[in-house]
Amino acid sequence: MNILEAKNVTMQFGGLKAVDNFNLTLIQGELAGLIGPNGAGKTTVFNCLTGVYKPTHGTVHLSGVDTEPLKPFQISHLGISRTFQNIRLFKDLTVLENVLIASNQHAKHTMLDSIARLPRHFREEARLRDKAMELLRIFNLEGKSSIESGGLPYGEQRKLEIIRALATDPKVLFLDEPAAGMNHKETEGLMDTIAKIRKDFGLTVLLIEHDMKLVMGICERILVLDHGVTIAQGNPDSIRKDPKVIAAYLGVDEGGH
Amino acid sequence: MNDTPVKKIWKSIGTPVLSIVGFAILGQLIEGSTNQYVQLVCLGALANIIFAISLNLVNGFTGQFSIGHAGFMAVGAYVSGYLSTEVVKVPGLFDFFWFAIAGGLVAAAAGYVVGLPSLRLRGDYLAIVTLGFGEIIRVILINTPAVGGARGMGNIPRPVQVEIGEYALTPWYLYFLVAGFFVAISFIVLWRLTHSTHGRAFLSVREDEIAAQAMGIDTTKVKVRAFVISSFFCGISGAVFAHANQYLNPSTFTFTKSVDAIVMVVLGGLGSLTGSVVAAVGITFLMELGLRQVTEMIGIDLRMVIYPLILIFFMILRPQGIFGTKELPDLWRRR
Repeated sequence: MNILEAKNVTMQFGGLKAVDNFNLTLIQGELAGLIGPNGAGKTTVFNCLTGVYKPTHGTVHLSGVDTEPLKPFQISHLGISRTFQNIRLFKDLTVLENVLIASNQHAKHTMLDSIARLPRHFREEARLRDKAMELLRIFNLEGKSSIESGGLPYGEQRKLEIIRALATDPKVLFLDEPAAGMNHKETEGLMDTIAKIRKDFGLTVLLIEHDMKLVMGICERILVLDHGVTIAQGNPDSIRKDPKVIAAYLGVDEGGH
Repeated sequence: MNDTPVKKIWKSIGTPVLSIVGFAILGQLIEGSTNQYVQLVCLGALANIIFAISLNLVNGFTGQFSIGHAGFMAVGAYVSGYLSTEVVKVPGLFDFFWFAIAGGLVAAAAGYVVGLPSLRLRGDYLAIVTLGFGEIIRVILINTPAVGGARGMGNIPRPVQVEIGEYALTPWYLYFLVAGFFVAISFIVLWRLTHSTHGRAFLSVREDEIAAQAMGIDTTKVKVRAFVISSFFCGISGAVFAHANQYLNPSTFTFTKSVDAIVMVVLGGLGSLTGSVVAAVGITFLMELGLRQVTEMIGIDLRMVIYPLILIFFMILRPQGIFGTKELPDLWRRR
């Protein structure tokens, strides 16, 4: 089943075509990678798919629903969640609060329940809190739940971004450079984590990454962007050998050899 | 979550009941030990508490910047004042209760009308719109003869009156209780709101709007909500203020009045309700009791020299405000 379908997505900023005719179909449960040199338009694709930008042309369907008229928060309610390349945690809030905010949309109590402190308020707050702690436990962050998230080490901030994204109960998870700034060992740990959450939560994952070991290691399908154009698509092996991809990353020998 | 019914009810109404009892005791203490002037200042402090905590919801918790909240206070003050003076000549306790709520509701409606279009704007732009709103309200009041125009509205009767012969008297203590009731309710509602799932939505908007949206928060709705709730309580503070002074004048609700509240909120700590309360009480007493005494002693009015100097030093020494984003109980818990 196609969970996400992007057709001819084009994003133009003034005279610059950041993304040109981007097509993507994600099948339920698949783990796909989006790679490309710096400035290829990868993050712009993410922003188009999550509604941060409205594409100049083209359509995005999520589980058959056209996302064109929807705002980013409505798209999130439909089941897309994401992390950000330049970490966007709620820095002054605690780790737990960060996760709780993401589960806001699942709260069943109204503002009046909270103001009057009715039993439903306590029940729901406890339920959401338990759920958030459960997620933190999976990532071994439960011991730091009351620390301000801005004070976490870099690698854990990236982890928390993933946890927060999971707390919205997504169907599709977009990871924007989850391994950026991580060392070898941390990256390997992250690969396991991504594989695990995908299985446990039944997620479809699309990730942007520069770490080739991670991309080649876990992605089943890879799309390569260069200057906004999709230049190649396929399994890791075929991508590795694709001359166009090699040219995009390493440059073309102008001499023609 | 297996509380007995009694405990459930207590969780809901325990703090409100306790705080009203607290105000009853506090009122007795103040009445027994101070003169009428100090007692009037205390009522002003109560109005300022509501004013400051309601502004904190917008400026502190939601991270927007309103500099026209005196406008909402004016709406609440004039609506309730008009009802007390013109509609019933001798308002009882419950009349006042409903008039204050009415003032709050009209202010909230104004907040909705101002907030809906302008909360799509960010930062400075919102500030300018709210500034404009505050001035519009003031100019409308000056030009409305029905509420006294530039002369102001006088003889606003306090509620809970005791009639002695042809005079209607309001014991200070009773009005203090009524005002205290509204302070308690405002504070508790805002506290419970900010300490819940719904309150965390306000914080997420302050922290990072784009991330909040990506996490499924309807940021526009959250901002409008904060603005409307804030203007509602601002209207309530106006009602308390109007009946404390028993006189209203449009020139009270200038930009300076809005700045007073901003100073209280920043000084107490953006995002700290208890901080706002401490700052509101502190500044009101400092201005009216502390510095006025100094002025009388030396014979020159240096209030507007000393007060800004205190603010400047405070902001240099503690830029995050008295409590920062923490609340009073947090400081306890740390030990």
